[in-house]
Amino acid sequence: MDLIWQGFVEASRLLVTGDAQVLTIVGLSLRVSLTATLASLILGVPTGIALGLSRFRGRRFIVSLVNVGMGLPPVVVGLMVAIMLWRSGPFGFLGIMYSPLAIIIAQTFIAFPIVTALTLATIQQLNPKIRLQILALGASKWQMFWILVGEAKLAILAATIAGFGAVISEVGASMMVGGNILGQTRVLTTATVMETGKGNFEVALALSTILFALAYSVTLALTLIQQRERPL
Amino acid sequence: MKPAAMRLEDIEVRHADKTILRVPHLSVEKGEVLTLIGPNGAGKSTLLQVLGLLQTPSRGNVYFGGERVTGSSDLVALRRRLALIFQEPLLFRGTVLENVTLGLRLRKVPQNEIRERAELWLAKLNIAHLAKRSVAKLSVGEAQRVNLARSMVLNPEVFLLDEPFASLDPPAHDSMVEELQNILGETKTTVIFATHNRTEAQSFGDRLAVMIDGQIVQIAPPGRVFSHPANRDVANFLGLGTIAGGRVLNSTNGTSNVAIAGHQITVDGKYRPGEELLLYISPEDITVLLPESSSNLTAETNVIGGTVSTVTPIETQFKIIVDCGFAVTVVLSKRSFLDLSLAKGKKVLLALEPGAVHIIPNRHGQKS
Repeated sequence: MDLIWQGFVEASRLLVTGDAQVLTIVGLSLRVSLTATLASLILGVPTGIALGLSRFRGRRFIVSLVNVGMGLPPVVVGLMVAIMLWRSGPFGFLGIMYSPLAIIIAQTFIAFPIVTALTLATIQQLNPKIRLQILALGASKWQMFWILVGEAKLAILAATIAGFGAVISEVGASMMVGGNILGQTRVLTTATVMETGKGNFEVALALSTILFALAYSVTLALTLIQQRERPL
Repeated sequence: MKPAAMRLEDIEVRHADKTILRVPHLSVEKGEVLTLIGPNGAGKSTLLQVLGLLQTPSRGNVYFGGERVTGSSDLVALRRRLALIFQEPLLFRGTVLENVTLGLRLRKVPQNEIRERAELWLAKLNIAHLAKRSVAKLSVGEAQRVNLARSMVLNPEVFLLDEPFASLDPPAHDSMVEELQNILGETKTTVIFATHNRTEAQSFGDRLAVMIDGQIVQIAPPGRVFSHPANRDVANFLGLGTIAGGRVLNSTNGTSNVAIAGHQITVDGKYRPGEELLLYISPEDITVLLPESSSNLTAETNVIGGTVSTVTPIETQFKIIVDCGFAVTVVLSKRSFLDLSLAKGKKVLLALEPGAVHIIPNRHGQKS
């Protein structure tokens, strides 16, 4: 118990004293995970809506892939993205391996299936005639998209919470494509693993505490927005 | 003849190699109210969706205001001249006002005009007091009023309604039907209205189209359809009338005598002796008499005797079935029913004029 308490005290000290290294890590963690969550929303919401409205051969197979993707181990995603971004890989010429962008790409792949699957599930729950009703009211395809986003916004917020929760807490992908380089790609999870490996349990616990507080704050903010909306 | 608001030519809709709608020709005049009636799965909704430019037919052409619109590249602009509502209100998250103004906002109508038009239709449909209420807190009847306001506020050239009152309870249903009739009378909007309710079908439209198995099998003024069903399927679906088979005995002076379950009745028209006929008699064309009061009937009137076998009250009327060797359905006002002291087992006489007996064309060639 002492160790946990000391970890908590150390976390408070690091934050209160404004430890530059910790603040950099926190800033990068937030920037990377929020960007990845946003990217997964931009890609996942339209994909979920399109899958929910369309009927085509092979659709069930794609839906099953999306559902499997929700449980995709981050380390596997990290490995796949690393293979793509390595100097000898198909996208090696971009030179973004071991950069925050590489972590954002990997984390987007982790959050994308979660956002897609939750959006898809919501669209499928809507009355099948709602698409016709929107078109009958004179909506263009783009206007229909935004009306459906409005109808699914509680689920999209839930998807945001789940997606952000998944990426802020993953370590495998960040480690693999980011490399845990101090000041460049070190995020809270990779730093925690490193400090634990070095036997610095107090610092590791401090970083974990900060990570938890961060994840909770963002989730709380999203939850408050979600709960302000009354479900139909 | 008024110009057509919408016209269909040679329309066919197929799903998985099955034809679910086939309409060789349908023209709806400007300002006309056309009612579609038919059992579930008859193709009413598909027809409305084709007319609403929401479903592209597998074959054929849709004309809107004289212009061929099938395959048009600007369906959104065309749809904005129409409105379609479904049985379920299908309102969107938000307030009543947000829902009523949605179509106008999609059309980018100026704010002040949106406000004026919304206020007008909220008032006309008696929902002005609900304007700021969340749609989650509306009753089914209120939600359907919002749905109607949301469409009427668009001033559509053609208004398509897919069984809009089917989910309402009787008092809400009756007042909505009455209000909609009044509103449509004022606006002179062209309306195509699908229902499976026979009362709505009788009272609502200028013309009634009966749909069975994806086809319009009869289209005529409602009174005509109910008194002269085009075939046995229509007569069976409309339900209230009596259908019976008979055999022609002889034919003279434009009338024929037909034997039916031991009775002989006269019908208008010349038919070949021995020919099998299918007869349809509307309940309101039959007069019920007590045996002692038949003396003042004309010689031409058919009179057949029978026994009341079933009595069913229907709102302010009574439906009775009289066993004459074949079952005859009669509908009587409550007053007539009480005056005649009718009850199950009572012997009665049924009087009907030869012109009231309609010969159903037997398209399947079935012998009854």
